[in-house]
Amino acid sequence: MSTITYHQSDGTARTLTVEDGTTVMRAAVTAGVPGIVGECGGQAMCATCHVYVRDEHLGQLPDISDDEEEMLDCATAPRDPLRSRLGCQIPIDATSDGLAVDVPESQV
Amino acid sequence: MERIVIVGAGHAGMQLADSLRQEGFTGAVTVLGDEPGLPYQRPPLSKDYLAPGTTPAPLPLRGETFFTDRDIEYRSDSTVTALDPATRTITLHDGTTMEYTDLVLATGARNRTLDATCGRPAGVHYLKSLTDAKRLHAELASARRVVVVGAGFIGLEFAAAARARGLEVTVLEFAPRVMARALSAPMSAYFEQAHTTAGIDLKLGEGIASFEHNGVYVTAAVGTSGTAYPADLVLVGVGVVPNTELAAAAGLTVDNGVAVDDYLRTSHENIWAIGDCASFPNAHTGTRTRLEAVQNATDQAATLAKTLTGAPTPYGELPWFWSIQGKHKLQIAGIAGTPDHTVQRGDPATGKFSLFCFHQGTLTAVESVNSPADHLAARRILTHQMALTPEQAADPAFNLKAYSTQPSLI
Repeated sequence: MSTITYHQSDGTARTLTVEDGTTVMRAAVTAGVPGIVGECGGQAMCATCHVYVRDEHLGQLPDISDDEEEMLDCATAPRDPLRSRLGCQIPIDATSDGLAVDVPESQV
Repeated sequence: MERIVIVGAGHAGMQLADSLRQEGFTGAVTVLGDEPGLPYQRPPLSKDYLAPGTTPAPLPLRGETFFTDRDIEYRSDSTVTALDPATRTITLHDGTTMEYTDLVLATGARNRTLDATCGRPAGVHYLKSLTDAKRLHAELASARRVVVVGAGFIGLEFAAAARARGLEVTVLEFAPRVMARALSAPMSAYFEQAHTTAGIDLKLGEGIASFEHNGVYVTAAVGTSGTAYPADLVLVGVGVVPNTELAAAAGLTVDNGVAVDDYLRTSHENIWAIGDCASFPNAHTGTRTRLEAVQNATDQAATLAKTLTGAPTPYGELPWFWSIQGKHKLQIAGIAGTPDHTVQRGDPATGKFSLFCFHQGTLTAVESVNSPADHLAARRILTHQMALTPEQAADPAFNLKAYSTQPSLI
C-alpha cells in the first residue's frame, strides 16, 4: 500500500491509498481524480494521463521508454524536461509511498 | 422535470452522462446497463487483461463515486425490453416502466456468432464482456494449442497475447488478407509478416467449417479446406452486429445500425443513437457509416450532450482507431477506403513507420505502427484538411509535427 497525492492546478489536492501493482493512471481513474483520462487504457498511446512528478520523487521512477518519450512530446500541456511522465508508465510498488504529482490543466 | 434515459453503459453511454452534467444539464439522468457491476473499459480486455498472472481488475470507465457525485441514476443488470415512442416510455426486463423526455440508444454491438452447424463445444469462446475475458483468462492458464477464427483486431490481439504466453497459435481467416476491412493492403501485409515471424501460423483464405470434440471439449477446428487444426481453446472473432432490435421493434429506421441524422437523431424526435449501434452520415467519407470505436463513441456522446442542452451541434469528428498486437502498436487516423496511392514514412524494418493513404491526391488516412507522434500529427492534418502532399509525407526531413501545428493552417 502506498499513498499518492494528486495536486490540481486550482490548488486542491487529493491523496489516495492504493495497492501495489496498479499505476498512477489506474489509481486516479479508479478513484475519479479529475484531469487524468487514460483514454487508451494504459498503453502509452494517448498522452491523456500526463503528470508532472514532484522533484523529490524523480529518482525513484523507472526509465522513460521510447514510446513514452514520443508521447510526452505530443502531450497537450507543455512537457517539462525533468518532471513530465505518463501516469500509466509509473507503477505503484513498495518504493512509491508518498509519491506526489501535479495534474496538468488540460489533457485533450 | 426533464429526464434523459441512456440505454447502455459503455463508452458512449457513460461519456454522455458525464458530458450532460458538464454542459449544465440539471434534469434527471438515468444510465441503464445490462451487465453486472460498474461500467468498465473494454479495449484492455483483449490486450493487457490476457497477460499471465492473477486475474486483473477491470479498468473502470469512471471513478467509484461518479454517479453519486453527479446525481446520476445507474442501474446495472437492466435490459430494456420495449420502447414506446408515442408515450415516451420504456419497459425493463422486470416489468418496471420508465418515462423519458429524451431517450438515447447507446446499446452497442454484440459478437457475430458462427453458424449453428459449426457446433459449439466447451472451449470455444467469444470475447466482448468482462465475463468473457475472465473465462478466457482462466482457460489460457491451462491451454496449449489455440485456434483463432478471424484475423480482425480482436482475433489478432488475442492471438498475439496467446503467443506471448508461449502457446501454439493458428489463425484462420476467410479473407485473403488480415484486417482487410480496416487496413490498406500494404499494412495488412506488414502485420501478416509480423505475426508469422512471431510464430503464429496464419491461414489466409481458410474459413471455419466445424469443430471436433471429445464429447465435451473442443479438440480441433476444421477449416473450409477440410484441414483439422488441433485445439484445446478456440477464440472466435468474426465481427459484431449492432444491437438494433429495440429500435426496430419501436418502428425506428434501421440501416446497418440505428439510423441517425447529422445531429445523431433517429427517425423519431426525442430518440437519439450514439456509438457502435448508430449508423450516421460520415462527413469524412460522404457515406452512411457505423463505426466500432472508442473515439466514435465518446465524441458522439460529447457532441450529443451539446445538442441536448440547447446548442444543436452536428457530428463531424475525425475517426481514429488503435490496436495492440504483441509489440506492434497500430494507430489509424481517418478511414482509408480503397486508397489509390500509399506513401511510406519511416522504415518497416525498424518496426516504426507510417503509411499515408491518398485517394485522388487527397490524404484520407494514416496508418502508424509504433509511431504515435506521426499518428497525432496525422489527426491534426486530417481534421483541418491540410494539403499535405505525398512527397512531404515521404520526406524524413519534413517536420510533420511542426507542419501539423502551424497556427496559420488551423
